[in-house]
Amino acid sequence: MVQAVAPAMIDDTSIERSPGYWSTVWRRFRRDPVAMIALGVILLLILIAILAPYITPHDPYRGATLRRLRPPGTPGHWLGTDELGRDMLSRLIYGARLSLFMGVTPVFFALFIGSAIGITAGYVGGWVNTILMRTIDIIFAFPSVLLAIALSGAMGAGIVNGLISLTIVFIPPIARIAESVTTSVRNLDYVEAARASGAGGLSIVRKHVLGNVLGPIFVYGMSLIAVSMILASGLSFLGLGVRPPEPEWGLMLNTLRTALYTQPMLCALPGIMIFITSISFNLLTDGLRSAMDIKA
Amino acid sequence: MLTYIAKRVIYTLPIMLGVTIVCFLLVHLAPGDPLVSVLPPDASEQLRQQMMALYGFDRPYAEQFIKWLGRALGGDLGTSIRTNRPVVAEVSKAVSNTLMLAALATVIGFVLGGLFGFVAGSFRDTWIDKVASAISVAGVSVPHYWLGMVLVIIFSAQLGWLPPTGAGPGGSDNWVWDWAHIRHMILPAVTMSVIPMGIIARTVRALVAEILSQEFIAGLKAKGTSSFGIFKHIVKNAAPTALAVMGIQLGYLLGGSILIETVFSWPGTGLLLSDAIFQRDLPLLQGTILVLACFFVVLNLMVDVVQTAIDPRIARS
Repeated sequence: MVQAVAPAMIDDTSIERSPGYWSTVWRRFRRDPVAMIALGVILLLILIAILAPYITPHDPYRGATLRRLRPPGTPGHWLGTDELGRDMLSRLIYGARLSLFMGVTPVFFALFIGSAIGITAGYVGGWVNTILMRTIDIIFAFPSVLLAIALSGAMGAGIVNGLISLTIVFIPPIARIAESVTTSVRNLDYVEAARASGAGGLSIVRKHVLGNVLGPIFVYGMSLIAVSMILASGLSFLGLGVRPPEPEWGLMLNTLRTALYTQPMLCALPGIMIFITSISFNLLTDGLRSAMDIKA
Repeated sequence: MLTYIAKRVIYTLPIMLGVTIVCFLLVHLAPGDPLVSVLPPDASEQLRQQMMALYGFDRPYAEQFIKWLGRALGGDLGTSIRTNRPVVAEVSKAVSNTLMLAALATVIGFVLGGLFGFVAGSFRDTWIDKVASAISVAGVSVPHYWLGMVLVIIFSAQLGWLPPTGAGPGGSDNWVWDWAHIRHMILPAVTMSVIPMGIIARTVRALVAEILSQEFIAGLKAKGTSSFGIFKHIVKNAAPTALAVMGIQLGYLLGGSILIETVFSWPGTGLLLSDAIFQRDLPLLQGTILVLACFFVVLNLMVDVVQTAIDPRIARS
């Protein structure tokens, strides 16, 4: 009778499922208090960024010459005012938007492009692999900070140029990981079996290769966000990324340097925000790594 | 061993070539034409054509590249538009200043990072490990340009112990190893050392923990080896990787010094680079990046070779 059941009639839901990979990871992750706090901080920052217009006490762009460089604790301006008399708290809140955007977006793009390059190189192999991976090696031959600054320096300041240069910098390491995982998966028996039973290249990549590549790539991408946050703010700090009067933490740090001696506490504030964000992403990655049992 | 070195060098050559191509193309990434910083905005078309011909910008890219590469190999990186001095002279002076700073930072980072990492790895999952690991995570997470500002606030603005900027009374041209100059190095070097400190601490911690879990350690303990004897075994096993990480970190510091040099006005390659960027001095930009990138490639090569010399297993794999 068993043979009579057509494959299409087998109902997935009736089969008792063992807990999936990701739910096991989540269960282990939940037991790590440090990683959970880091996750909470990141979610809070994202929430602040989204709700910025509703929770800021003042307009982050409007300054007042009479109220410049007030120290933190000033009534009405709890974190003080900046060099143009704009409310620091409001600018820090709005800054979360641009700073998170500038930090996360390049990693996101690099994940897409890098995995596409790495999977293609690994799966197709041969001269395609040689050309793609040697090109990647060349970009990798530059120290990352230097390359990011050189690219955005040559292209000129601005958000888009900053994003492009950071994306280019993050592609090589991701492509390398994707390539090495794909190459090792490609020759495994079950992929061979899938190919023998007539599965096309795309569906093998989608079902077998991606499943193996995504985990390591995802964790690596998470760890890059911390680096990206520091680098993106660094570009703005140099005057290359976000331009005034936009509120961005790196740029705020730059413009407040003039007040280093008069209002030191005020100057330190944007840097503290970058530090908190980047350390949270690092701790989150560490937690994820041990929950997924991936070695650094 | 020699075949390995030869292979490694041959493998590096095409990468070097690629690096030079990228450096060359950087100039053409710039918006507008490459003469934008030389010519006045109202320059006549005729003058523009003349200048294009003078700099060779009217030739095909491939021809321009080969000429440029040929000159670069002969030690001529062109002339700085801003100072009218040879780029090579500007860069070499700056490189030595940055190298000094980066080397000191690497040493500080290696000593502290090695110590924290070793302690953390040896006392894994105790509170000592947690404190040491927290320091190393903070080290890799801190925006170092901000840390530099904080150190200036504390040690220059508040305490007045150390100078906030510059390279001392002799400037970069007359550097002397005396206190008047060295005190200018302390804050930037300490700021710079934080990143390698964090990375080396994390590497060493993982290495030590892994070595301690191996069977030969249990064997040594069973044999009655003293803890100093075991320590020597750990160091011997961890050293090649730790040294390699240190070498590569030195390269990253050389290339990434721009943010710290901006904060401290340290007259190195980073400050040169930022001048070149903001004054659109393209030959200087191109030359500085080329020199730094080549430095990085050669340093990576050296790290590989030295690592293989210490640990011959690498050449065989």
